[in-house]
Amino acid sequence: MVSADGDPQVLEHSAKTARSAVISASSVDLTFQTNDGPVHALKDVSLDIDKGDFVSFIGPSGCGKTTFLRCIAGLETPTGGTLRVNGMTPDEARRARAYGYVFQAAGLYPWRTIGGNVKLPLEIMGYSKAEQAERVSRVLELVDLAGFARKYPWQLSGGMQQRASIARALAFDADILLMDEPFGALDEIVRDHLNEQLLQLWARTEKTIGFVTHSIPEAVYLSTKIVVMSPRPGRIADVIESTLPRERPLDIRDSPEFIAIAHRVRDGLRAGHADD
Amino acid sequence: MKSVLPVLTIVAFILGFWTLAVVPMNIHLAADQAARGDIVVEPADARARQEVGAFALALGNPAVIPMTYTLDRPRLPGPQQVVVELWNTIFAVAPTSNRSLIYHGWVTLSATLLGFGMGTALGIALAVGIVFSRTMDLSVMPWAIASQTIPILALAPMIIVVMGAIGIQGLLPKAIISAYLSFFPVVVGMVKGLRSPDTMQLDLLRTYSAGPAQGFWKLRLPASVPYLFASLKIGISASLVGAIVGELPTGARAGFGARMLVGDQYGQPLVTWAALFAAAITAAALVGLFALLERVTLKRMGMAA
Repeated sequence: MVSADGDPQVLEHSAKTARSAVISASSVDLTFQTNDGPVHALKDVSLDIDKGDFVSFIGPSGCGKTTFLRCIAGLETPTGGTLRVNGMTPDEARRARAYGYVFQAAGLYPWRTIGGNVKLPLEIMGYSKAEQAERVSRVLELVDLAGFARKYPWQLSGGMQQRASIARALAFDADILLMDEPFGALDEIVRDHLNEQLLQLWARTEKTIGFVTHSIPEAVYLSTKIVVMSPRPGRIADVIESTLPRERPLDIRDSPEFIAIAHRVRDGLRAGHADD
Repeated sequence: MKSVLPVLTIVAFILGFWTLAVVPMNIHLAADQAARGDIVVEPADARARQEVGAFALALGNPAVIPMTYTLDRPRLPGPQQVVVELWNTIFAVAPTSNRSLIYHGWVTLSATLLGFGMGTALGIALAVGIVFSRTMDLSVMPWAIASQTIPILALAPMIIVVMGAIGIQGLLPKAIISAYLSFFPVVVGMVKGLRSPDTMQLDLLRTYSAGPAQGFWKLRLPASVPYLFASLKIGISASLVGAIVGELPTGARAGFGARMLVGDQYGQPLVTWAALFAAAITAAALVGLFALLERVTLKRMGMAA
């Protein structure tokens, strides 16, 4: 299947994108069977995500943005189309530990210290004790929580807890980071700060990031590519390649370029709504 | 500490009610005793006194009222009588004596603890099976619930007799009755506890491709600890009740249950009451011990409520 699907894509796309697409979806459908009949969560979703991209998925609730992220993670199985992660099926990629996943809630274990929580995936994946310790201190440093390894989650603020959960997702060095509204429950000041830190982290680690959000400024500020989705059925309404530079101070949000992109995102969201 | 005042208020209310209730409960006995002791009682005829109501008799013979608190075999002993009896049988006799509640308490407590251990182990094992096996979920749970609808008073003699017939006596049959009562709260609590991690927590483990065993040891088991302690506190008091019930139908010679029965059969209500209170104090101490363990453990686990 890989060769059958892969070869036409090479012809279709420019050589560069085809070679570096780490996530590639073509005509992905997902229909849930419910008591009220079938629900089309995703319809005909085709998208390539290149290595090192920061891709945001934005749209109203029910547009399938989280569902699509879960499909990439192998937590949901599409009912149609093909989806490849690092050239594997999502399920294979999950078993190959190809990605780290950050949920909306930090979901740290209250009975483990911050260090212990970051260590959790490493224990499960069977890293040696020495390597566990080395990696824990490295990723905690990366999210600015170096001194907090021995603290318990309840001793940390919500923003710090979410940073710890990002460290946990980074601990095992997956190339892909999938984030499902990770800052959705935080207040705006904390969110700004974390967005800035996330960009720095992305620049340093060169991960490919898939990021679900419902905030237009957040999507525009963070992304190299913004995927606007619309509901019933969940589908892609617009894909916007950001023209902003990779280096982004917070006040870039006042620039005309930023406002223009935000405007296009808003238009895309409105168009999606007008359809139903 | 905030609960001290309300608790003391309730205790004071109960003690007050109890103290007042002693007079009407015992006034006829006290009047009979007084009449035998050449004290003038109104009405003087014993049979006539039976016709008079307790309150009327008490009002007619105020001098007899203090005697209602000092009867040897009262219908309802006064609180102070129970305290004196407890003191005498706990502190004033050697712990090895047949009259010592320490001795009888240890007999009951050893069966309680053995049964509690057995019941808890069985409960946890069943809960793990129920959570991991759909077949067990469907087959075991209804039986576990049904087992608790059988009155233990009907079942206990059967267990004692059957085990006696195959030559097992003493500690083990009582412990089995204790286990029978205490495994159930543990099953219910642990099933709930092992299932308490939410979808997100389970999804997180799936993203690590963690196996069921890893999910159990790293997530489900630690997450179930608060539920386990809630169950243990119910289970330990149920165990004590089970051990006492196990002592009742068999003419056991030792244990709280035996003391209660002896007091009843030989007309020594003070013995019954003292055993009753000693059992209640033991239960409170056991539950208190587990509450303390719970607080320390959950605090160390960073899960204190």
